Amino acid sequence: MAHAESAAAPAILSEVKPAELPRATLVENHRSFSWITDKICGIIEGKTPGWWWVCFALACFVASWTVAGITYLVATGVGVWGHANPVNWAWDIVNFVFWIGIGHAGTLISAILCLLRQKWRTSINRAAEAMTIFAVVCAGIFPVFHVGRVWFAWYLFPIPNANEIWQNFRSPLEWDVFAVSTYGTVSVLFWYVGLIPDLAILRDRFFKAGNKVRSFLYGLFAMGWRGANRHWSNYEMAYLVLAGISTPLVLSVHTIVSFDFAVSLLPGWHTTIFPPYFVAGAIFSGFGMVLTLMLPLRAVFKLEDLITQYHIDCMCKITLATGTIVGYAYGMEFFIAWYGANPNEGFAFINRAFGHYAWAYWIMISCNVITPQFFWFKAVRNNTAVVWVLSIFVNVGMWFERFVIIVTSLARDFLPSSWGYYSPSIVEIFTFFGTFGVFSVLFLLFIRFLPIMPMAEIKGVMPQADPHAGHDHH
Amino acid sequence: MAASSHGVIATFDTSADIYHAAQKVRDAGYKFWDCITPCPVHGLDGAMGVKRSKVPRFSLTGGILGFTTGMSMIWFTGAYDYQLIVGGKPLFSPMFAFPVSYELTILLTAFFTIGGMFFLNGLPMHYHPVLKSDHIHAGLDDKFLIVIEARDPQFDAAATKALLAEIGGKDITEIED
Repeated sequence: MAHAESAAAPAILSEVKPAELPRATLVENHRSFSWITDKICGIIEGKTPGWWWVCFALACFVASWTVAGITYLVATGVGVWGHANPVNWAWDIVNFVFWIGIGHAGTLISAILCLLRQKWRTSINRAAEAMTIFAVVCAGIFPVFHVGRVWFAWYLFPIPNANEIWQNFRSPLEWDVFAVSTYGTVSVLFWYVGLIPDLAILRDRFFKAGNKVRSFLYGLFAMGWRGANRHWSNYEMAYLVLAGISTPLVLSVHTIVSFDFAVSLLPGWHTTIFPPYFVAGAIFSGFGMVLTLMLPLRAVFKLEDLITQYHIDCMCKITLATGTIVGYAYGMEFFIAWYGANPNEGFAFINRAFGHYAWAYWIMISCNVITPQFFWFKAVRNNTAVVWVLSIFVNVGMWFERFVIIVTSLARDFLPSSWGYYSPSIVEIFTFFGTFGVFSVLFLLFIRFLPIMPMAEIKGVMPQADPHAGHDHH
Repeated sequence: MAASSHGVIATFDTSADIYHAAQKVRDAGYKFWDCITPCPVHGLDGAMGVKRSKVPRFSLTGGILGFTTGMSMIWFTGAYDYQLIVGGKPLFSPMFAFPVSYELTILLTAFFTIGGMFFLNGLPMHYHPVLKSDHIHAGLDDKFLIVIEARDPQFDAAATKALLAEIGGKDITEIED
């Protein structure tokens, strides 16, 4: 019997065809290396398109709102914002956390996906890292000006001063200073290291084209890169180490941002779920912003061969996964508020959902919990316009999440006699919306003057870069 | 000729070609030579006989320095130079000093990693004979190049060119120093 089975098994097995699971193609249409170079350098070398000037002018106009709002604040005082007891943190900190969170997707793509060998990251990582840096710039504006007398902002750093007193390193706010400044610095360095081989290509192309000035400028930052393999060897190792340290960095930054709240005693803030919940939310919002930025870029520059449907699918799935984690965290907060049997905490959460700010809470729930669920469906992921609209909802929802956490908890704090209702002042509103202009100005300059995709990295994941091309020669 | 020559450069079309060519140049015993590629080619380090990069040693130094800087700065500022009493808590504890030290670990690791990479690569070096060659543009675009330098003890213009031709190199030319 046993013999018969073992004899029969191979016969059956020979008929069983294991499923062919080909690796997703990262660059469509069998493009060559030089097509990649020409495509991406062509964006920089070509004439500035008309739409770029229109967008740039508009972005400068919107950015001027932030400049005007900040100038008025510095000239008058921080009272021009709508903060008043008990809500002393409001839009400024909401905006700070919102922008910092957006940055996290860039670092996730460049660092975590690099360690996980997700090769699809290569075509989106440059633009996503640029997004990170510009988002950190926008984020930094708010806490710096919220200190009131901004000319004393250097007190945040341990620099000896006339009072001979040092910073209180027990404070999560001081941790935040180090976390955010390290994050900004390391993001810039990581981005720059990635740019070096591409800047060298631009240096040589502009030199050949006879544009000595631009060749000099790109060459200055290319550091004399010449593509030597002994250099690549150190470069790749440095890149791997940077990815390795950026991974704990990105997780720690939003963890420390969440400590700003979680370490306080305020009901609604004082919860241990905050660090993972904030990190998931940050990545969720960041991928929302990556989709918001990359889909128009893909359409305008005709990059469909480089940002394929597979890339969009991957981004949508990460948005779905992190959005679902965020939804779980919302539920878990309520569960713990009930299970913890602390009446004040219970009140804080019931008040969030059904109190004066219920409108904000339900915007948050619909944008963050319901929106990503559409990404379960392939038809939705395949429809670029729908994905883009949904990504906007993610951005809106994540802004409201921070608003709900910060403002509803403060507006109903310990003393009912001091309860209040916060509304932003016109200065705050313009300052915040202006930061979208600041971000857009920086991003437009980036797509005009720097390669929006890492050419060397894309070439590295193409079949032509593999000396063994499917079969092993070792 | 020898004084003004930097070396000989040859072009290869595919990553497989340069991979096999690199093995042969390595086996021929050359020391001062390099491959120029538009992107890192997997396995080329082994084919060339390049040892594992030393960048992580710099990274580790930076990390240790960052962590100790953080811990000692916080101890010095809060517990030694100006004793800051907050809530009756101990003047120093590694617990509250950890987040800042952690961030400084990462910051200094990044500085040392990138600095170490530049140092080991001898960059920035804005002048280099290879950069004057017309080949370099193709080498960063879609071709693969091998440069054998004249300072290599085995270098002999005619023999080296013959070797490069034998292993499939095209467009073999000499680079001026």
